[in-house]
Formats: sequence, C-alpha cells, structure tokens
Amino acid sequence: MLVLALDTATPASTAALVEVTAGGLTGISERRTVDPRAHGEKLAPEIAAALADAGVRPADLTAIVAGVGPGPYTGLRVGLATAASMGQALGIPTYGVCSLDGLGRAAGPGRVLVATDARRREVYFATYVDGVRSAGPEVAKPAEVTGQFDRVVGEGGLKYGDLFGVPVEEHLLYPPGAALVALAAERIREAAPSEPLTPLYLRRPDAVEPAGRKTVLT
Amino acid sequence: MPDEPLVLGIETSCDETGVGIVRGHTLLADALASSVEQHARFGGVVPEVASRAHLEAIVPTMQRALDEAGVTLADIDAIAVTSGPGLAGALLVGVAAAKGYALAAEKPLYGVNHLAAHVAVDTLEHGPLPEPAIAMLVSGGHSSLLLVDDLAHGVTPLGATIDDAAGEAFDKVARLLGLGFPGGPIIDRRAREGDPASIAFPRGLTAPKDQAAHRFDFSFSGLKTAVARWVEARERDGEPVPVADVSASFQEAVCDVLTAKAIDACRTNGVETLVIGGGVAANSRLRILAEQRAAKHGIRVRVPRPALCTDNGAMVAALGARLVAAGVAPSRLDLPADSAMSLTTVSVTG
Ligand SMILES: [Zn+2]
Repeated sequence: MLVLALDTATPASTAALVEVTAGGLTGISERRTVDPRAHGEKLAPEIAAALADAGVRPADLTAIVAGVGPGPYTGLRVGLATAASMGQALGIPTYGVCSLDGLGRAAGPGRVLVATDARRREVYFATYVDGVRSAGPEVAKPAEVTGQFDRVVGEGGLKYGDLFGVPVEEHLLYPPGAALVALAAERIREAAPSEPLTPLYLRRPDAVEPAGRKTVLT
Repeated sequence: MPDEPLVLGIETSCDETGVGIVRGHTLLADALASSVEQHARFGGVVPEVASRAHLEAIVPTMQRALDEAGVTLADIDAIAVTSGPGLAGALLVGVAAAKGYALAAEKPLYGVNHLAAHVAVDTLEHGPLPEPAIAMLVSGGHSSLLLVDDLAHGVTPLGATIDDAAGEAFDKVARLLGLGFPGGPIIDRRAREGDPASIAFPRGLTAPKDQAAHRFDFSFSGLKTAVARWVEARERDGEPVPVADVSASFQEAVCDVLTAKAIDACRTNGVETLVIGGGVAANSRLRILAEQRAAKHGIRVRVPRPALCTDNGAMVAALGARLVAAGVAPSRLDLPADSAMSLTTVSVTG
C-alpha cells in the first residue's frame, strides 16, 4: 500500500512516499524544504517530485497521512488543506497524526523532550518514553517546560537548548515522513474510515471584541 | 480544450468559502459556506477566524458543488482559484486545496485575480462581456474602477479608494448607529424609510481641486467621520438620532460619488458598458442611480444578481473558463498566494 505523508507543522514542508505492508514500512521517496514562509509554494511541487521520484501517479496512492500539528497556523493549514483535498479527489482515506509524535517516534528509546518553535518565544512540546507520548502536547515559554527527559529533539531544542539543560539532537529537527506513516500504520492496514484533519491549534485566535463606540469628538 | 470548458473555481480570499462550477458561460453549481456570523461580534472580519473556517469548510463545500453540478473532478477541464488579492492566511487555504485537487486529479491550475473574477461573473448572467467595458468593483475589501480591454489578458486600473473601501464605510456607519454587521444590507433597508436629502454629508474627492490627481479615486473615511460627528452632536444635545434619515443620507453620498465617477470613467474612455460587482453592488440605491445616470449617456449597466455580486466560487470559475477558452497558460504548482496581487495580473502564468 502506497501512502503519502505530509507535514507542514514546522519550518519544514515534507512530502514522503512510504510503502506499507503487513510486516513493515519502506520509505520510497521524500522531499523537504526548510523555509518557514514557503509552505504554500513548496509543498505541492514536493509532492509532485516525490511521486515522480518513485515513478507513480496520484491514483496509485492508498491513503494520506498528515501531521496535524501543533504548529504555526498558516503553514500548518497548507499541509492539511492539501492532504484533505487530495484525499477527497482520489477517494482515499486521510489520517491525522500529531506532528510532535512523528519526532518522538523517530527519536527512539529513552526519555525524550520534543520541542518545536511556536514563535512568540514559545515552544510546542510533549515528552516521550521509548517513542510513545507520556505528556503534552502543550504550548509554553521554554523556561516553563517541565517533565523528565534526557535529551531534546526538534528545532525548538536547537533554538532554546540552553534552557532545557539536556543534549540536543541536531539531526532530528523535523517530523520524518516515515515516522508519521508508522503512527498511522494500523489504521492504514485495517482500512479504517477516513478522518477529518483537525489542526491542533492549542491557542485561540487573537481577536478582541470592540468595547463600545469610540468618540470622534474631543 | 473545448469552447465551453468545464471549470471549477475556488474562492477563499475573505470570509466566504466558495466553490463554483461553470460550463462556458453557464453556471452549474455555486456552493458557499460563510463565516460571517463568527465575525459579527468583532465588527469586522478576523483573519485567523476566517482561515480556520475555510479549512473546515473547503471539503464539504467542494462536495456540495460537485453534487449540485452532477460532475466529478475527473470530468473537470481546469481548476481556478483566487490567488490574490485578499487576506493572506485565508487565500493560502484555498490555494493549497486547489493545488491538492489539481495534483490529485491531474488537471491544469489557474491562480486568478479576485477582482477580475468579480468582473467575469457577470458573463454567467448576461453572456459575453462587450469589451472595452468599465468595471466598478465595490465591497468591504475593495473599491476600484477598471478599464477592461481584454479580461483574459489584462485590465487597466483607473482608480481606487485611497482609504476605506465602500463596504467598510457601510460597516462602520452601521456600527456607530448600532445596527449590526455586515452593515450594507441593514443600511439599505433602513434607508428606505429615510430622506436621502435630509443631511448633506460630504462627497469625497469630487471637488475641482481633486480632479487632477484623484479623478477616478474614492475616499470614504471623511464621510464616515462626518456621520460620526453628526450623530454624536445629536446625542450630546440629548436628541434622538433619526437612524433612517442618517442611513439614507449616508447611502446617498456613497452612491452619488460611485455612480458619478463610474459614468465619468465610461464617457472619458468612450465606453458604453458599465459592469458593477462586489458586495456593495447589491445595494438597491446604487443600482437605481447607476441605471438613471447611465441611461442619460447611452451607457448600458450590467449588474449580476446579488448572490453573484458577493464573493463566491462561481466568479472564479467564470474567469477560469474565460482563460481556458482564450488559451492562456496555466499556473505552476509553486503558485503563491499573493495578498497584494496587482490588478494588472489577471492570472498567474508560467
Ligand atoms: Zn470580493
């Protein structure tokens, strides 16, 4: 089963093709661009390139897995809108996974903090034990992050590494496509019903109700 | 490509999620989801609220459009999407979705200008547009006068608002009269019981001194302030505010300026067709005044029905169909959402 994985919850736009079989997963192709303001421009060409690299057409896909964040909203929505529209056009299921879980799963054994950049000097974070989430996700100032962990992954770790006081794994900054697919592997194998891709915003929109009419006469 | 291409259009530049399907000049479906009620308590469109709503609405709205038209994505000849101008985050949802549909269904993608789409939508009601034409686009987000020589390839901006958009002025005046949001339809209704000549509100940029630099530009900020001052002076004196008269007089000032400048643009350019689009084109007084003034100069006014004047997917599909029929090259998959897209760009090619 050929699965497309998309994630735009971090400055990276990721498109990956993964073969899912009864026994395991095989990465087929992966394209990634790191640019926090270019998800909208980069993602679709990456998908086309990932398909071309593998010599397959969109109609060959069995399912789509999308990282639903948490992540800066504008970029995050690009991945989810793309995944949802492709799933609808192809008539195939879409499955959402927490983008931080992709990093947590890829980080492997041990106690791990996953931290990504939430802008406004905050991080999205969650903690993992042997690849499985034990707490989170939440959004907070880096100094307010609590939990037990021996190392940190994600570009929030790189940016605020001094504050966490544990080693930073610089090779693992963005959710890998294969890890996202692994998180949905059971659903894919069982051909579970398609899921609406609901973003993990973790913050409410900044909007203030007007307090009343301001006078123009002074 | 067929002469009457089957084109799907996606619109998400503000608070309406629209998906329309046309075959040539024939409207097959126009599905719409609006987040306007979520913005009402803020007195204006909140970009983040609009963007969230677009993401939730896009798939079901697409499904409704396909069902209504009785077609599948496989049948479609091309997919058009508003790629600007508009709210950046809102545009991006529609552009990303359009790319997903185009990629998955392996169809050409056209990133189009929202304002040009407001002009194109009239062809769904009145058939091919005689060119050249003058287009006046008036809504909560834009107030523009354009010379349309060839809609598939380019339009020439003649003028635009230098401060508030016309629809924005309606919203602000409605708010200060305590009438709610959006203001256009409410003021239109209240104005019917009022006297449009009862209060002499200012007509922005119509003085002789403005003609050199701003002949075809608009300004509604001074009008809004004049209404606020007038209302507050009444309140300060402890007198009731005649809401119907204020509504009628304010609306008359807006419509007087809009129609005078639009007719002037037609006459100056020797053009006999005036197209009016955008949400404010639904205003009943604007339609009547434009007809009256145009008739005196042998100018024909084309205004689509109100549902097509406000933002929708059909207008995007209509422009897409025109582009396909004219053999214009599609956009690439790296098409950006351009919140400040220039009017000289009708579609993003190559
Ligand atoms: Zn509009």
